[in-house]
Amino acid sequence: MNRQKRSVSQNDNPFQVLTEELIFLILDFLETAPLDKKSFSLTCKAFYAAEARHRRVLRPLRAEHLPALAARYPSVTDLDLSLCPRVGDGALALVAGAYAETLQRLDLSRSRWFTGSGLLSLGARCGSLVELDLSNATELRDAGVAAVARARNLRKLWLARCKLVTDMGIGCIAVGCRKLRLLCLKWCVGIGDLGVDLVAIKCKELTSLDLSYLPITEKCLPSIFKLQHLEDLVLEGCFGIDDDSLDVDLLKQRCKALKKLDISGCQNISRTGLSKLTKISGGLEKLILADGSPVTLGLVDGLNKLSMLQSIVLDGCPVTSEGLRAIGSLSISIRELSLSKCLGVTDEALSFLVSKHKDLRKLDITCCRKITDVSIASIANSCAGLTSLKMESCTLVPQEAFSLIGQKCHFLEELDLTDNEIDDEGLMSISSCSRLSSLKIGICLNITDRGLTYVGMFCSKLKELDLYRSTGVTDLGISAIACGCLGLEIINTSYCTSISDRALISLSKCSNLMTLEIRGCILVTSIGLAAIAMNCRQLSRLDIKKCYNIDDSGMIPLAHFSQNLRQINLSYSSVSDVGLLSLANISCLQSFTMLHLQGLVPGGLAAALLACGGLTKVKLHLSLRSLLPELLIRHVEARGCVFEWRDKEFQAELDPQCWKLQLEDVM
Amino acid sequence: MDPKGGLCANNCRRSSSLTAPGNGLQTNLSSDPPSFYGIGIESHFNEFDPPSPPIQSVLPGQSDTDIEIPDQENCPLSDSSNTSKLQDWNPSAMLNNLSFLEEKIHQLRDLVHLIVNKKCQPIGQPHELVTQEQQLITADLTSIIVQLISTAGSLLPSVRHTLTNTNPLVSQIDQLHGINLPFGPEPSSGIRPQNNSANKLFDKSTQNDLPNTCEMEQNYNMEEHEPKDEEDVDEGENLPPGSYEILQLEKEEILAPHTHFCTICGKGFKRDANLRMHMRGHGDEYKTPAALAKPHKETGSEPKLIKRYSCPYSGCKRNKDHKKFQPLKTILCVKNHYKRTHCDKSYTCSRCNTKKFSVMADLKTHEKHCGKDKWLCSCGTTFSRKDKLFGHIALFQGHTPAIPLDDTKGVTELPDPQNREISNKVGSVNFCFGSKPSSENLVPNMMDMKGNIDDPMNYFSSLNFEGCNFGAFNEFPQTPFEDAEGSFSFLMSGSFKFGGGESSSGNLQ
Repeated sequence: MNRQKRSVSQNDNPFQVLTEELIFLILDFLETAPLDKKSFSLTCKAFYAAEARHRRVLRPLRAEHLPALAARYPSVTDLDLSLCPRVGDGALALVAGAYAETLQRLDLSRSRWFTGSGLLSLGARCGSLVELDLSNATELRDAGVAAVARARNLRKLWLARCKLVTDMGIGCIAVGCRKLRLLCLKWCVGIGDLGVDLVAIKCKELTSLDLSYLPITEKCLPSIFKLQHLEDLVLEGCFGIDDDSLDVDLLKQRCKALKKLDISGCQNISRTGLSKLTKISGGLEKLILADGSPVTLGLVDGLNKLSMLQSIVLDGCPVTSEGLRAIGSLSISIRELSLSKCLGVTDEALSFLVSKHKDLRKLDITCCRKITDVSIASIANSCAGLTSLKMESCTLVPQEAFSLIGQKCHFLEELDLTDNEIDDEGLMSISSCSRLSSLKIGICLNITDRGLTYVGMFCSKLKELDLYRSTGVTDLGISAIACGCLGLEIINTSYCTSISDRALISLSKCSNLMTLEIRGCILVTSIGLAAIAMNCRQLSRLDIKKCYNIDDSGMIPLAHFSQNLRQINLSYSSVSDVGLLSLANISCLQSFTMLHLQGLVPGGLAAALLACGGLTKVKLHLSLRSLLPELLIRHVEARGCVFEWRDKEFQAELDPQCWKLQLEDVM
Repeated sequence: MDPKGGLCANNCRRSSSLTAPGNGLQTNLSSDPPSFYGIGIESHFNEFDPPSPPIQSVLPGQSDTDIEIPDQENCPLSDSSNTSKLQDWNPSAMLNNLSFLEEKIHQLRDLVHLIVNKKCQPIGQPHELVTQEQQLITADLTSIIVQLISTAGSLLPSVRHTLTNTNPLVSQIDQLHGINLPFGPEPSSGIRPQNNSANKLFDKSTQNDLPNTCEMEQNYNMEEHEPKDEEDVDEGENLPPGSYEILQLEKEEILAPHTHFCTICGKGFKRDANLRMHMRGHGDEYKTPAALAKPHKETGSEPKLIKRYSCPYSGCKRNKDHKKFQPLKTILCVKNHYKRTHCDKSYTCSRCNTKKFSVMADLKTHEKHCGKDKWLCSCGTTFSRKDKLFGHIALFQGHTPAIPLDDTKGVTELPDPQNREISNKVGSVNFCFGSKPSSENLVPNMMDMKGNIDDPMNYFSSLNFEGCNFGAFNEFPQTPFEDAEGSFSFLMSGSFKFGGGESSSGNLQ
């Protein structure tokens, strides 16, 4: 008996010799592989316990599991509740009680139903809390925020879209959380000058401040610009700030640390205001002027003083040739330039600009519809170091120009050629960019499998491929991609009507696949989907809208294997309530869209809604609303799900060419 | 305050217009004054409410002090002065008056002659001119009649207070002679109504006083402001050191409730006038008019150093030893400063039971607004304005905005209606308070009538009266057109101004 016991204890756990520190070290290496970690913890009780003690980051699927989780994982520092739509005060109190000593980061940005009293227990007990995300707490009032202010050590606080918070609440934060480094008040429309002013006066260590869309005026700016450590200031859409308000008093300040300034959408700040701002902040590295005043010579003159400037974003601004040329003449060397949707970008000005800024790394010329191969040639010739080029809808650029990009810009990692004239030759040339990880060639009607084969052969690092409505692509092209780019994570082959199950079967080799969009691939059946489901375990987003041939038999393997599926669009498919009910097996499932699902009966839908406990968003046809019991809808809503009732007409699929023609008509 | 001023101005205009048409003079006078006094008294009550002694106990030397003494406090003074007056009655003065009357009657006759002549003149004269002249004459006539009646009244021993009405005249004459009399126009506001109600004979003269009460009101307003922001006011003052004399009262002096002490028995008084009254009890030598008269203000004949005051609290910025010494302007400033800064706050607001004040006037001011403050700091301080709260929080470490515990909209909004109710109550209370005298106009008058039996003279010493030159009366009718706004404006200004104003408007036509 005794001997037996000893032998058991000796043989029980060969890893007994390993100290916990060593096991933790091993587990540290598994941090990026959650599945491996899971396998580790399932090995034996000791490992299970060790892993539980080791775990620092927790992202529970359901708030109701929190008591068990808190009991199992004693030393969690980061708690992400963004998958739990309903987190009540009780849950928060439990968290506060269980992790009073350890909790450092808490994300409540997607959760609702907690109030001030829940936050009070957090603020009062979790003394080491340094990061708190309360974004989207649209019901949160001053009292709740005042409770947060009791967490004295907060370094980062997000309050985006907390619309009911007023100056009083943020005043409490300013006084209570003096160590704040980051504060996001985006869309907190109840907060005005007084609150922001107080924050700037009290929280001297702020490095990042987001005041987007606040009704603030110049009155709070002096104290903001006095913040010595402020690096990132976002004033997007602050209409109350204008040129006149940026007056002399303000100019006495020196905001040395400021690196990033975002005044996009501030329509009342023109060149004079900008030059004043740039005078204050000489160390600026990134300047975002999107949707602002016209980019003219005068405006650009104001940028001359910024010796550190690396990045300019001018998205949506009207641009003059003089303005662009002036940017070209700046003494500094720009590394990132975004001219997306800028009206008035011409070949001549853009060529001059890129010829001066040869160090350009990122260039965005989306929808600059006037540019031609002249611009592309100068970009390719001047900026050999380009890593990112976005040129969606540059429709005047001819097919030949794309070869040049492939020949010159070998360092490209991100390339967006959506809605362009690129053909297989172009793709062949581009395939020489071996670092390419994201390639968007949607609505490129000139490309075929041949071009894609080159990409598949040479761009082995590709992670994202967009072939939306590139109708020349068939199974062969997709197979080539699947063979060459095993690290593929996101692929969109929507409306590539020639694609069939064979493409999906070949894609199932890409085990990292997370997002699959095959809208309108009418040939795809449940067999192809089953292959994906079985092999791509990471799949989290699936869009099979208008895949008329996918039915319940596709859902069953999906429900069984794709345990990470979060979002699914089943509209127009042949899935019925049987398939839907089986989806309830996926505990992660948060969002589904089901419009014009022929086989759906209200009873089945009701059962599915009840069965999927983690739903946060359901898009259904309006006609179903009256068929579902009101109590059920309310119950599901109370669990944290939001219903979106749509009244869309049943749309028959258009011919791709016809679609493109229609698109051009609209333009 | 301002609306009141406006009100007074209106009354001014109204009263002068009353006298305007020569024909309706008598009727108007008798009918309208009560309402006017009603208003005058009302504003009086509001602004010089007895329960704010700090403001009222202004420097004894200043004429302002007297202004702010409410009626009740004047009464004993006037009574006593009356008795003394009675003793001083002499036949020679009567003779003087009679000769004056005679002269006046002559003048009157001349004037009527003039009118008769004018009437006889050809009709070809422009109509405007005629009316204009008519008005001028009427004005003259009015003033002469006024003087006539007032002097005649003084002849009757039973109606001694007639002297009151002539006194202002006398004072003006005296001022003309360069003697700066200590009394101002002020007391009329308190006293005149009594005369008015007591004796219809003097309706006219009191009516003429009306504009003065108005002016007075404005004076009051100014003085009301001064003590309040006294500390701010002299911030801007940049007197070079040495250009003024620094006085420093001791703490006991500052805090003493009485500032005037009887040298014989040691009894203290808030006002010098009351002390003087008290002194009469100590012997006949204190009963002489000279002793009872107000000590004359030093006239600016010899260059006098400006007086400034220092706070006795060492280390205070208002202390003369402080590096950045900022002197205080008046004794009142010293008192208020000392109480506010270095004393306990003993007056607690009865509404909120939290706010405390050391100066009664501050409490009164607070109580007006108490309950309206809804911006609350964690330290308990409330603010009526959000920006003030945030300024406060920005200034002090550890203070934080206080949010009502139940932070639902309904609950936070709830206090508002209450506040409104309270403020409404306050408003209504004020209104009642203010409107009482005007609505029950007779009440104060009745009370005054009692006092009239042995009437006032209260603000005027017999000495001054005796010293006056009746001959100066002769010049009265002539002066108004030359100097309507001058020192004569006191008694007759209403009619005079009217005369001038009318004539100018007549010219315009």
